[in-house]
Amino acid sequence: MATATLNAEGLNCPLPILKAKKMLKTLNAGDILEISATDPGSAADFAAFCNQTGNELLSSSSEGDIYKFEIKRT
Amino acid sequence: MLDTNNLDNAKSMSIIVTKGSLDWAYPPFILATTAAAMDVEVTMFFTFYGLPLLKKELNMKFTPLGNPAMEMPMMGGHMAMPNLLSVMPGVGGMAGKMMKNLMAKKGVASIEDLREAAVESDVRMIACQMTLDLFEYSRDDMIDGIELGGAATYIEGALKSDINLFI
Repeated sequence: MATATLNAEGLNCPLPILKAKKMLKTLNAGDILEISATDPGSAADFAAFCNQTGNELLSSSSEGDIYKFEIKRT
Repeated sequence: MLDTNNLDNAKSMSIIVTKGSLDWAYPPFILATTAAAMDVEVTMFFTFYGLPLLKKELNMKFTPLGNPAMEMPMMGGHMAMPNLLSVMPGVGGMAGKMMKNLMAKKGVASIEDLREAAVESDVRMIACQMTLDLFEYSRDDMIDGIELGGAATYIEGALKSDINLFI
């Protein structure tokens, strides 16, 4: 299982989601995508994105102005 | 791109795009690209002033004229644009530049980028044939990967969609 990272800091809606989707497509099932973002709306958006697409949101956290997500490709 | 293991619960959405100014171009393209990223099958129908959004060369204008709710952030506060100011020569063009600068500064995607993302994610884009004829556009003015159609083409797709929007 591989881990990929996506730096979506400074990007606004819907770019973090679009870029995450693009990267997820290149991963295999079970691989993990780590995302960092600064868009405060991204916490709600990645939860909704994972609910709909079936990818697993392993973690969602924030440190200061940075929001971090770990998504497992299913 | 549709995920094949999600086919049995695939959702679909259609959007009628009727406005082509810079500010009105955003909602349909943001929703279409995001829905496509969420494995939703998306159809966009471009009609009347929305049709120029399919042109190869985008030349979107923005005007605060007739938009009394618009306020631009300015030095920690907000500045409204009175209509009287907006009709002065050059003010419309200036407002358009200000809006584009603001969007770039805030990490908002350009319409060009969002449209490219829509094409890449197989969003179905239909150009209204009647509008094409009415405003004398040529198919060659438009980007590749679109189809031409009319109301019936749209209705057929809309009847099968979970979400239908008119923007």
